[in-house]
Order: sequence, then structure tokens, then C-alpha cells
Amino acid sequence: MSCQLASDSILYANGIYRLVYEIVGVVLPCWVAYAIAGLVFAFILVNAVLLGAAVITWGERRVLGRFQNRVGPNRWGPFGLFQPVADLVKLLTKEDLRPEGSDRVVFSLVPVLMVAPLILMTAVVPFAKNTALASLNVGVLFILAVSSITSVAIFMAGWSSNNRYAMFGAARAVAVLISYEIPVVLSLLGVVMVAASMSLGTIVAAQALPFFLVQPLAFFVFMAGMSAELNRSPFDVAEAESEIIAGYHTEYSGVRFALIQAAEFGGVGVVAAIAATLFLGGWSGPWSEYLGWLWFLIKTGIIVFLFIWFRATYPRLRIDQIMAFSWKFLLPLAMVNLVVVTLEVFLLRGDEGVLTHTDLAIMAAINLAVTAISIAVFGNLIKDRVTFRTRQPQQVVVPGVSTIEVS
Amino acid sequence: MPMRPLSGEELAKAVNQEYPGVAVDYDEVSAWIRPNRIHAVAAFLKDSPAHDFQFLNSVSAVDYVEYFDLVYHLTSLRQQSSAVFKARIYGREDLRAPSVYSVWRGADFQEREIWDLMGIHFEGHPNMKRIMLWEGFEGHPLRKDFL
Amino acid sequence: MTIRTEPMTVNVGPQHPSTHGVFRVRITFDGEDIVEVEPVFGYLHRGTEKLAEERNYVQVVTLTDRLDYTSSMINNQAYCLAVEKLLGVEPPPRARYLRTLTAELQRIASHLIAVGFFVQELGAFGTPLMYGFRSRERILELFEMLCGARITVSYMRPGGVFADAPRDFWPALNRFLEDFEDEFAEMEQLLLENEILMIRTRGVSPIPPEVAINNSVSGPVLRASGVNWDWRKQEPYDAYDQVEFDVPIGSNWDNYDRFWVRIQEVRQSIRIIKQCIAQIEPGPVRLDLPLVLRPEAGREAYGRVEASKGELGFYLVSDGGISPYRCKIRSPSLINLTVIERLLVGWKLADMIVSLGSIDINMGEVDR
Repeated sequence: MSCQLASDSILYANGIYRLVYEIVGVVLPCWVAYAIAGLVFAFILVNAVLLGAAVITWGERRVLGRFQNRVGPNRWGPFGLFQPVADLVKLLTKEDLRPEGSDRVVFSLVPVLMVAPLILMTAVVPFAKNTALASLNVGVLFILAVSSITSVAIFMAGWSSNNRYAMFGAARAVAVLISYEIPVVLSLLGVVMVAASMSLGTIVAAQALPFFLVQPLAFFVFMAGMSAELNRSPFDVAEAESEIIAGYHTEYSGVRFALIQAAEFGGVGVVAAIAATLFLGGWSGPWSEYLGWLWFLIKTGIIVFLFIWFRATYPRLRIDQIMAFSWKFLLPLAMVNLVVVTLEVFLLRGDEGVLTHTDLAIMAAINLAVTAISIAVFGNLIKDRVTFRTRQPQQVVVPGVSTIEVS
Repeated sequence: MPMRPLSGEELAKAVNQEYPGVAVDYDEVSAWIRPNRIHAVAAFLKDSPAHDFQFLNSVSAVDYVEYFDLVYHLTSLRQQSSAVFKARIYGREDLRAPSVYSVWRGADFQEREIWDLMGIHFEGHPNMKRIMLWEGFEGHPLRKDFL
Repeated sequence: MTIRTEPMTVNVGPQHPSTHGVFRVRITFDGEDIVEVEPVFGYLHRGTEKLAEERNYVQVVTLTDRLDYTSSMINNQAYCLAVEKLLGVEPPPRARYLRTLTAELQRIASHLIAVGFFVQELGAFGTPLMYGFRSRERILELFEMLCGARITVSYMRPGGVFADAPRDFWPALNRFLEDFEDEFAEMEQLLLENEILMIRTRGVSPIPPEVAINNSVSGPVLRASGVNWDWRKQEPYDAYDQVEFDVPIGSNWDNYDRFWVRIQEVRQSIRIIKQCIAQIEPGPVRLDLPLVLRPEAGREAYGRVEASKGELGFYLVSDGGISPYRCKIRSPSLINLTVIERLLVGWKLADMIVSLGSIDINMGEVDR
């Protein structure tokens, strides 16, 4: 007997899934084939995320090394590529420490809760043509909903650790995550509006012109917001190493630490993948039928590199400045983007409700100008608010000594 | 413009003018004052416009076995002059001297250090605790009889 | 409605990534705001002053290296000046220039670390620090050519320096200066006008000049508070009266100024080094003093220098023996910490770390 997926199934578009399903379905009952095919693909995704995390840790250390006139890990394997393996072996063989007075269940639950949403998020990302596990028609919404679980996990970590630094980190992280969720959502609304769909596959297909050109403002807000949500520099207050040791994961060690690190670096990878899908055109590119995965990897790599570049360059903002940056700067920008894109879509869309290539080009031109102007305007507005009290120059002059003063 | 060090004689004369009999002795560089008047002399040297020693460089204690010398190095930034005054405290047990904390905040840690290592208790210091060693340490290690 | 909050006491240090070693502060927080500060010292106390009483005058030089281990040369210099004052001798001119030159190199190295860690504490992940270390490494290599050691140099001796610079030192120094200008310009470009650095440090934790003076603060921190006071100008020692340089002073008294003053001082140090190279002349580098020095009994001397952290003074008392009867070290790091309460209370946790970095303490010197 043979099993056939219904063509309206969210799993239908996935070629690999369908292949496994149909092959297994030849010998086994359909419901078993359904489960096996799901497990096979889940296995691929979990490993992709974790392996991606490993590669990103290695890449980050190497790239940071180059930024900092160092070499970075280069002992283990070619170019030090096996360094993550060595790290993992070290972490796995460490004693499983749990601080006294911590909440055992919550404390142990955190690493799992941090990794799980990441893997869930990858379920809707198309890595190449027809490879998203589930081509959900509410893909963007799904991503936003699932990614919010992380903030709960972080707060659980801070609370259960019974450590004040962890508490600081957790309180900061939650404040940051909640504040940055809003601009990110608003910036994605613009994308959804232009693509007229929430499905990531459709969004990729809609990018005749990559959306980072069509909506540079949304791309900027998304990247800034995601830097904050990932606790990446310059918004890494939640685990500000120089201030609060490691923030919410101060007390974690061994396997749990490894998982949290995997979640952190995997998060970078997943977010980069989503950003590449939503703004850089995902797997589309020349010969995308066959080389889609390559374009996707390259675009993801570019975004990951951007994150590392930020980290190597910027000092950290203070918590109140981060809040101000979100509410007073990113939120208005996201609003401006939303209004402008709404108007454009309303005016440019033809009768069939489709935006043509020319329409997108016109939008790109207008939005580029809007981006420049609004960043300049709001940048100047916020500048006065964050630069706070400076005193009048005054000095005790000692005669007979030449001095130079602060300009 | 080079610094002008105040000689011991000048300093002793100035102190004696304000508080007769307080400066007991002097040599080339420094003047000795009565230990119980340290605070008054410090306030005078700091606040009188003629001296204006706003800056306390250091407070040191020297153990001469029979007595201890407290040495205060001062600098006037406006007048570009420096001065040294000392106070001699006899004895080895339960030594006390007035603190100059309220005159120069800069004496804070140095006085605590002297109490810690030399065992001279400064009265009027708000936080007279050991600084380098832990509470409960016996003896004062910089003394000559501490081995 | 106000929510009742409880103050929370946190022990920052002695094991904390950014307390410059083993410094510990007990801080009471109200949320993120600091309401009470209590510094705790002594984790690196080695009793240097007591040890100095057991060694002869030349041997003490090695102890001074270990005070502020990021500026050993300047510590050597301060101690040697004190001993020379005690003996009433003057080192030969070439030694004076060599000392000035090495002290300024050391000042650059120390300020590079200070600036690097300052920005590191602001959260820049290592990049400025590594930029600083790149140049510092070159300086340490120069020191290695001079005396065979990189950190604990013990290069200076009472009466001069340990040995003349080897012949290939001078071309190496020139090469370093050439490269360093570019490297340092790169660092300035990255940091000086950095928007995030500015909003994080401008107006934060200002120390008014009268407070700074009353707290005996010295060095770059004092100058950043708008007080124009530099012992190299006020009481020139070694060859500082022969060279020209400016004293950078701050006008906002805040963290940014303390950082800015250090950056500018590096520039001035380069100027001094160049003048030293131009002016130095061949000659002896060390006075012919006996190996075991015996200053007259009853003499005392207070030798001080403008170290990279502030006024470093050695108060030596002699009893005619071969070792100092009393060797008091006026360490700038410890005394600069007097302002800690003023510096931190009322500011946030994130600013606290940066403010601590801005006064640039070194625990080797704080605890001695």
C-alpha cells in the first residue's frame, strides 16, 4: 500500500518529508510513516541547529580573533574547527553543580526551555526550495510566539539560581525582551504587508527585490531588536560580563551551561536564518532550484558576521539607555515604516493585489529616503535625552603651566 | 614654577603664632607639634589663606621603639608650597591620636592603615577598622617588635 | 502607588571579572541604583613595607616592581629618587634621560591598559583592549632589550640605571614610535568619538575639583577633575625639566574626561620620548656608589613621581644601617579610592564598573 499526503497539508510542500513518508509508507502503516518521517526531519533540524551553534561558536571566536589582532582557536583540527567538540567534551565531563538553595526543578528545566524554542522556530524556515518542515500560513506569527518563550526561561534561570547577579541579569533580560518585542513585531508587519502573506515560503517568493532594500528601516529595526533579544552587543546587558559576571546563567556549569551556550549561539544562527529569509530573499538566487541551500547559507552567514561585527566593535549601553533606545527610537521608526509601507502598498498595488517588480523598486527608493530622514530626525531627538547633565567647564588654574583642555 | 618647601622653622613659627606652644621642635624640613593638637593644627594649615594646604600627600607613621612619629606631608596647590609636620607619640600600648579625617578626607584609608599596621588609634575617624588585615588579627605587623 | 522595595547587598569581588584583581566592594543596591558602598581591601597584601625593612637599599628596587605591576619602571624611578634624595646624590645626565624615557614608555603601556580595560568594562568585547595590548607588547619587548625582563624590570638603581641601552635598542625604539603613532591613531579613531562610549561616560560620576583635592586624589583622575597639577611640571625630576609637554585637563570631571586625559597623556608621552631621544648624549649611566648603601643616620626623604596612576611617593627613613628603617609607600591607587563613595553612590550598577575602571586602580599597589 502507499500513503499520499493531502495537498493542503502544511507538510505537503516539504520534499524530503514527503519522500521519506512515501517510501516508509510502502511497507508500514501510514500513521507510522507519518511519525517516522516527522522524526527524521526533526532529527535533521535539531542537528542543524546544534551543529550550527557549534560552527558559530567557532566562527565567532575566529572572527573576533581577527578583529582583535589575535589568532583565535586554531589547534584542534583544520583551522581549529574541532574546538567546539573539545569544548563540549570538557563541559560534558564536568561535575553537575547546582547551587544550594536553588529551585531544583526550575533550575534544571531552564536549559531545555532555552533550546527548545530555537528548534521549533526552524520548523517554518525554508532552507531551500520546499524544505520547510511545515509551510505554516502563519509562519511569522509562529516565530514571534515561540521566540517569546525564551524570556520566560531566562527569568526562570535568574529566579531559580538563588544568585543576585543572576537575578539582576534576569530582571534586565525580561525588561529588554519585552521592550524590544514590540518594535520587532511592528517591523515585521511591514514585511508581511508587502508580501501579503505570513508564510515564510511566500515571503521568500515575494522578494523579487530583497526586502532589506524595499524596507531598509524595517531591516534596521529588526536587526537592532534581534540584537537585543539575543543579548548581543551593544544590548547585552542581561549577561553583561563586566558587570554581572554572566547574568542569568552565572550559576550554570557543565552540561547545562553547554546547552545554554548552544541556545545562545544557536539563537544567533536561527535569527540570522530568519532575517535572511525575511529580508535577504532566503534561498532565492541564481539556480536556486539546486543551489538554494547555498544562497541561504551565505546570506545567513552574512547576518551572523554582522552580529559578530557589532560585538567586536560596540561598547554596551546602559539599561535605561537601552529602554530609551527601544521606546523612543526604534518604536517610532517601526511606526513610521508601518505607515509609509501601508500607504505605498495601498497606492501602488494593482487591481489583482500584486506588487510588481517596478512597484518594489519605487518603494525601495522612497523608503531609502524615509529611512535616512527618520533615522536622522529621531536620532537627533533621542540624542538630547540620553546625553544628560553636563556641567559648565570650571577649573583650578595653576599658573605657569601650559595646558590643553577638553574640547 | 618650582615648588617651595616650607622649612621646619617657618612652619613652627606659623603654628606657634596661632596656637602658642603647640609646635615643640623643628628641623630643616619639618616641625613637631603636640599630638593632641594635630586636628587643630591641620585645620589651621588647611584653612588659613596664608598656608592653604588643601592637599594631604600622605600620612605615615614611623616606629622608633620608644616613640612613634606621625608624619604629615602637605601641599598647597595654589601657593605651590609644601610642608611636613610631625607629631611624636610616646609609649607602645593604647596609642591614640586625633584624626584629620574631617579636615582631609584623603587621610581616611591611610589612618586606617596606620591603625592596622602600626597600632595607633585615630579618634574621630568614623570607620576605624583594620584595612589590610582581617578583623581579629593579633598585633600590628609594621611595628619593630613584630616578627 | 509606590511599590515597596528592599535594598539588596551584593559582594562585588574579590572574584569578579572587572574589579582589577582582587578588589572587593560591598554594595547595597536599590534596584540597580547604588545606595551604599564599602570597599574591602587586603586580598593582595604582601607587607612590602615590612619586607623593605629587611633588605638593603638596592634590593628594595625589586620589591617596587611588584607594587603596580603595570608600571614597574615608574615605581623603580620613585624609589630610586627617594634613595638619591636620602644620599644627597644626583644620577648622571644620560641615566636621567634613560629613566625619563623608560618611565614614559611605561606610562604609555600603563595608560593603554587603563584605557583598554575601561572600554572593556563598558562592554566592548576585547577589541580596544587588544589594540592596547598590541602596542604594549612592543613596549615590553623594548624593556626586555634593556634589562631582560618585561614586567618586573628592576631597571633603575639608586644612582642611575642598571645598564646602558644596547645598541639595537635605539632603532627598535624608533621603529616602535613610528608604528605606534598609527596604531594609537587607530585606537583613538575607534574610541574618542564613539557615540555609545560618549553617552555611557559623559556626565557620569563627576568629581568636582574641591572634592578631588580634599580626598587627596592625584594623577589623571585629579587632572580630569579640572585641577592642573602634574608633579612632572611642579617638581621636575630626572630630565623632565629639559623636555616640553602639555598637561591635559578635563572640564567636565566625569568618566569621559578621565578616559580622555589618559588618551591625551599618551600623546604627550610620545612627545617626551622623542625629545629624550633627540637630547640624550653618551656618558656614564650609573654613579659609582657602593653596592651596599649606608645613608646617614636620622636622614629622611620623600621621593615622589607622577606615576601613571597618580602621585607615587616613597618616604624613607634611615638609621645608618644597610636597609631603610622605614619605607612608607604612598600609593596613588589606594588613595584615589578614597573618592569611591562619592564616585559610586547614586549611580547605577553598570556605571559603577566603569567608574571603577576610570580611576584605574591596581591591586598590587592598593594592598601592597
